[in-house]
Amino acid sequence: MNRYVELKNHQREIYYFRLRLVLSLGFVVVMLVILLLRFFYLQVIRHDYFHTMADSNRIYVVPIVPNRGLILDRNGVVMAQNYSGYTLEIAPGKVADMDGLIAELSKLVEITPKDIKRFQKLLTERQTLETMPIRSQLSDEEVARVSAQQYRFPGVEVKARLFREYPFTDMTSHLIGYVGRINQNDIDQLDEDDVASNYLGSDYIGKTGIEQSYEKDLHGKTGFEQVEVDAGGRAVRVLSRTAPQSGSNLMLTLDAKLQEVAVKAFGEYRGALVAIDPTNGEVLAFVSKPGYDPGLFIDGIDTETWDELNNSPDTPLNNRALRGQYPPGSTIKPFMALAGLFYGTRSPTHAISDPGYYMLPGSRHQYRDWKAGGHGAVDMFKSIVISCDTYYYGLATEMGIDNMHSYLSRFGFGQKTGLDMEGEVSGLLPSPEWKSKRYQQIWYPGDTVSAGIGQGYNLVTPLQLAYATAILANDGVAFQPHLIREKRPAGGGAVMTEPKQMFDLKIDPENLKLVKSAMEAVTKPGGTAAVASYGATYRIAGKTGTAQVIAIKQGEKYDAKKVSEYNRDHAWFIAFAPADKPRIAMAVLVENGGHGGTTAAPIARKVMDYYLLGKIPQPLPVVTGKTGDQSD
Amino acid sequence: MNARQLKQRMMMNIDPVLLAALGGFALVSLVLLYSASDGNLMRVLAQLGNIVVAFTAMWIVANMPLHYLMRAAFPIYVLGMILLLLVMTPLGVNSHGATRWLNIGVATIQPSELMKLAVPLMMAWYFEKDEATLKLRNYFVAAILLLLPVALIAKQPDLGTAILIGASGFYVLFLAGLSWRIMIGSALAAAASAPFLWSALHDYQRHRILMLLDPSQDALGKGYHTIQGMIAVGSGGILGKGYLNGTQTHLDFLPERTTDFIFAVWSEEFGLIGNLLLLGLYVFVIGRGFIITANASTYFTRLMAGSITLTFFTYAFVNMGMVSGILPVVGVPLPLISYGGTSMLTLMLGFGILMNIQTNKKLVKT
Repeated sequence: MNRYVELKNHQREIYYFRLRLVLSLGFVVVMLVILLLRFFYLQVIRHDYFHTMADSNRIYVVPIVPNRGLILDRNGVVMAQNYSGYTLEIAPGKVADMDGLIAELSKLVEITPKDIKRFQKLLTERQTLETMPIRSQLSDEEVARVSAQQYRFPGVEVKARLFREYPFTDMTSHLIGYVGRINQNDIDQLDEDDVASNYLGSDYIGKTGIEQSYEKDLHGKTGFEQVEVDAGGRAVRVLSRTAPQSGSNLMLTLDAKLQEVAVKAFGEYRGALVAIDPTNGEVLAFVSKPGYDPGLFIDGIDTETWDELNNSPDTPLNNRALRGQYPPGSTIKPFMALAGLFYGTRSPTHAISDPGYYMLPGSRHQYRDWKAGGHGAVDMFKSIVISCDTYYYGLATEMGIDNMHSYLSRFGFGQKTGLDMEGEVSGLLPSPEWKSKRYQQIWYPGDTVSAGIGQGYNLVTPLQLAYATAILANDGVAFQPHLIREKRPAGGGAVMTEPKQMFDLKIDPENLKLVKSAMEAVTKPGGTAAVASYGATYRIAGKTGTAQVIAIKQGEKYDAKKVSEYNRDHAWFIAFAPADKPRIAMAVLVENGGHGGTTAAPIARKVMDYYLLGKIPQPLPVVTGKTGDQSD
Repeated sequence: MNARQLKQRMMMNIDPVLLAALGGFALVSLVLLYSASDGNLMRVLAQLGNIVVAFTAMWIVANMPLHYLMRAAFPIYVLGMILLLLVMTPLGVNSHGATRWLNIGVATIQPSELMKLAVPLMMAWYFEKDEATLKLRNYFVAAILLLLPVALIAKQPDLGTAILIGASGFYVLFLAGLSWRIMIGSALAAAASAPFLWSALHDYQRHRILMLLDPSQDALGKGYHTIQGMIAVGSGGILGKGYLNGTQTHLDFLPERTTDFIFAVWSEEFGLIGNLLLLGLYVFVIGRGFIITANASTYFTRLMAGSITLTFFTYAFVNMGMVSGILPVVGVPLPLISYGGTSMLTLMLGFGILMNIQTNKKLVKT
């Protein structure tokens, strides 16, 4: 019906239509160019960026934690090892209702209130996305039970891990130390040392003792696996792998059985014992009693147990051998005697007449000998055998504090021994300079008198005294005390620790002979430690000592029975044997043990008997040395 | 009738050039889907089924007398509108926060798909009817015919389909000679009303637009699609990572990789070179569409062919633009390649109409 109209406008309409079509075409072309530019921008200009993005999407670097090195004694007895076990772990970040979850989990496995407390403490220490153990050492049955129900508990995992185990527990707690979970302080320290990347994936780090001091050797080198993951984070395949390198096994200079003998010899006493091979500085026994179970600390200790340990009057956490500082008492006398001979203050034969006390010239104050009434005529030999105080009061005064300080320093008093364990303290060898700096007071002649018998300001650690004894035993030739005999890297081979001679005091052999023979007489009838060498088949040299815990007033008499147990005197005994060719030197401290000859000397004797004769005082349980897994 | 005659008869109304290009798309679709679905042959076979159905539908429409289509325009449109309204009743099926489907007992259908062809068909028919005496009023009525279904679909909400139908209708208006004054005026009005439109958008739509501006601000949430798509495209580089080697694709980082984001798979595995080839294929089909449009003999066929061609281009542009991060993620599949029967069917019906128009031009000539 409108055909004629169409005919009329046909050409014009076609023209307009085609114009619009061409415009549309232009629009299409412009849009296509935009797309092309966009593709060019993404795929050429920014390709590197997106390529990296795609790789970081898909490639995860997963650390492979190396196996920690074992700690063995000098004979290969295992003192710290790894075993694999299962832990029940919770990722706090994925759990909304922690209490509810724990309550549910307790229905499957036993979770004690202690476990919960320990776990809660862990939570406060490190707020991360990683999982935290709530129960360790799950049985196979418990693992099966949790695994079957795992879908109910998002954020809960059963993990197979290597655990640290210390077969000697409290016998070596202060020596071996323990590992614990890495906390924020550790992380800061690792960052500072620039080794944080080596700890990716590691849960534990050495906290005390050998575990801490040799952390670098024990930890090993973390390996890495590059894995391709999908969007869900599941590993699809391994792209590359750098194997981890296990930590070195450490062989200690220590003899585990000797340590055990020593610990047991203490019985119920608290105290410390350090035994050193004087010919090379190897530490043979390193005891601090009481110890504690280092296993408590591995996955974090609960507050209750911590308080119990920390507040105990027996201070089990205190490493007495390394950090305990006590007056050396009469154990200083052999060294004083050598000093007197060195400076010519006393000749060997010069004898004093001991009335039972000493008075400074121009003073009425009496410095009492331990024996009322005195010992009569006392020469140097006798002064050591009977431990005559009066003799040393006079010797110290005549020698003078400066000479005394100078000579005793040579034996390492007042300085750290440099033992390869962190946390050593230096003790105190007093001098006028020290006193004026410390107390802004002048040095009184009386200070010298009490310093002469190892009281007053003098403080030594058991380690220091053992070191000084070793130097004396080895005729003045000092070897660096050390705990590691050999490092055995995972790759094979062994690095022995070469004995390091520190110095040679070049002591006059005649002087040495006198002092050493006097010390030998100490352990014989008539000496202060007469019981020490009773029935011994080798020669023992020693010296007793007493460290006062409370000061006794002038004119009063110390009576052990009247003093409460913790205020009783500490007993010292230093010794070396065989006296003619010493192979072991030691210092024994028995806290509140009273007299050294009675309590400390028998301990030393048991240790020497075992070391020199292989004599075991009582049957020892055999410790089976499970070896840790050292593959990779 | 021997085989040759049968073939001649079968191909009588089929444009061989267009058919060859569409066959190319079908091949690309199957090959790419195999990779995108991680070697899932069932998926590929299902798509092959979709392709067979769609090509058959195309053949039927291409062989249908053209006036059937014109006559059907109005009833189909009315039916489509009724169905769109029914979606809003309890008969509508809600899924993922959008009500786009209709439960008709035996199956669920998506009425908006029907409207993709019904709207331009209706408008072209309407313009053809009043061709002789086109007045401003006609454009106004045509605009209403367009905006009613677009509004209903946008409300479902289905922004992608609404945009595509809006575009297909706009192309009809544009090709029908809508005056520049009105177009510019409405564009200004639209710009002025943008704030109101913004407030009418659904939250998720707003988020998608905001994410376009800075997808990284919610990398694991709303921006995830865009970012992963861009990473896939960008990491493909010039040569691509190779067939079946796309890491974004095969490690599940790409979302919706068999459907809306399949272009990212192509881009990652075949790179810029692949993109140029694929764009070339699209340009070829669109070019053929332009030629058919230019040669179309009647007002109706011209509008229809132009709209189908331009809409097809729009489809491709919106999808690639969204995958490469220059357009918001609105949920438009890559035409003729993404997995899915409905979209394939609608598109091939359109190409059937295009072929039909091409044949009709021939008939007029002879």
